[in-house]
Amino acid sequence: MKSQTIRRWSFIHTWSSLVCTLFLLMLAITGLPLVFHHEIEDLTGNAPALKEMPANTPRMDLQQLVKAAEAHRPGEVVQYFGWDEDEPNGMYAFMGKTAGGDPNDTHTFMLDARSGEAVETPSANGGFMNIMLRLHVDMYAGLPGKLLLAFMGLLFVLAIISGVVLYAPFMRRLDFATVRPNKSTRVRWLDLHNLIGVVTLTWAFVVGLTGVLNACADLVIAQWRNDSLAAMVAPYRDAPPLTERAPATDLLRIAQTTVPGSEPSFIAFPGSRFSSEHHYAVFIKGNTHLTSHLLTPVLIDAETLNVTAIVSSPWYMDALLLSQPLHFGDYGGMPMKILWGILDVLTIIVLGSGVYLWWVRRRAAATVNVPQAVEAA
Amino acid sequence: MTRHKKHPAFWKTFAKPTWIALLTAVGLFAALLGDGAWDVLSWVGMAIPAWLSIKGLMVRRRV
Repeated sequence: MKSQTIRRWSFIHTWSSLVCTLFLLMLAITGLPLVFHHEIEDLTGNAPALKEMPANTPRMDLQQLVKAAEAHRPGEVVQYFGWDEDEPNGMYAFMGKTAGGDPNDTHTFMLDARSGEAVETPSANGGFMNIMLRLHVDMYAGLPGKLLLAFMGLLFVLAIISGVVLYAPFMRRLDFATVRPNKSTRVRWLDLHNLIGVVTLTWAFVVGLTGVLNACADLVIAQWRNDSLAAMVAPYRDAPPLTERAPATDLLRIAQTTVPGSEPSFIAFPGSRFSSEHHYAVFIKGNTHLTSHLLTPVLIDAETLNVTAIVSSPWYMDALLLSQPLHFGDYGGMPMKILWGILDVLTIIVLGSGVYLWWVRRRAAATVNVPQAVEAA
Repeated sequence: MTRHKKHPAFWKTFAKPTWIALLTAVGLFAALLGDGAWDVLSWVGMAIPAWLSIKGLMVRRRV
């Protein structure tokens, strides 16, 4: 590789990393508790615990649960009902002043589907975990915050690519995974930066890119509303506002009659971000392990309870939904979470050692140019 | 491999990192496809970079 080429890539690597490092450190540090949020909620007693009841206690119907939710939060409306994978007797309720209100103002809790009793889930609405989540998602700055983090994620990807290019000249005379024990602290950290950087590359690349995609979720969802959803609800464009809503009682049965054998994920109520003003939308999961992460909404007229359409999912919505497990690391049990945590800490080490190497070289040898530094290493 | 002969320096440096990158990728996607053995495959794929990194960090300085 020509020294001119190395110098260019070195410039790209240095500055793409330096600009994003502080943000990436924040993301890696706040991401660590988020990987283990289930376990932390269990330990701190913030996980919803339903009362013991006989195994065959019947569950209430959906409309009864709507009434129970409204009784728990007077003056608010249900935006979503979501099923819990681990608690078949629990139903998550999401409520706000209006169905389409700001998601950050949504109050989340669990309903015991057998008694209608509300069980609060404090960590979903405030406290430490919520602070971690907000810092990680938008730094309390809404859409501009999300897009800034998406841009930082792109710089991170650029830093990874330029890092791989620079790996070649640095490692030309060294065997893979060499950490020279008898040289200076700087050389030791240079070797570790190269080693850890190159072996964690795929993980960092995938988590970085899926993070960028998740940060753009608002735009993806807006596009889905304007595109797929709008086409399906076009006949309702001039319909008068919904005054009398049919009860939610049979929504699940209707969806499962339309798509036999389907498992529900959540129901979006009329006027919420994932439905139209005139529909309930029952989101059903795909029926294979892979497609269980993908969701298909069955649109049900909120007045007549007739099925209007099964909305086919555009590729960008599938990409968003599939990118979520790949970003969260929650799809391979506890060992995967632990490995996710270790790789996250290793990324922090790569970021930190990168700043250290930049600082040491800048301070010690302001006049030494990069190819010489490579030779010296 | 013929590519080996064409670019010996490149593959000398990048053969192992490429294998590790591919194995991690297989691991990341394996757990999306199923439980049980697929999960185990994903743990192996991700344990390789974690183990190599930790091994490097354990190297003590000898001056």
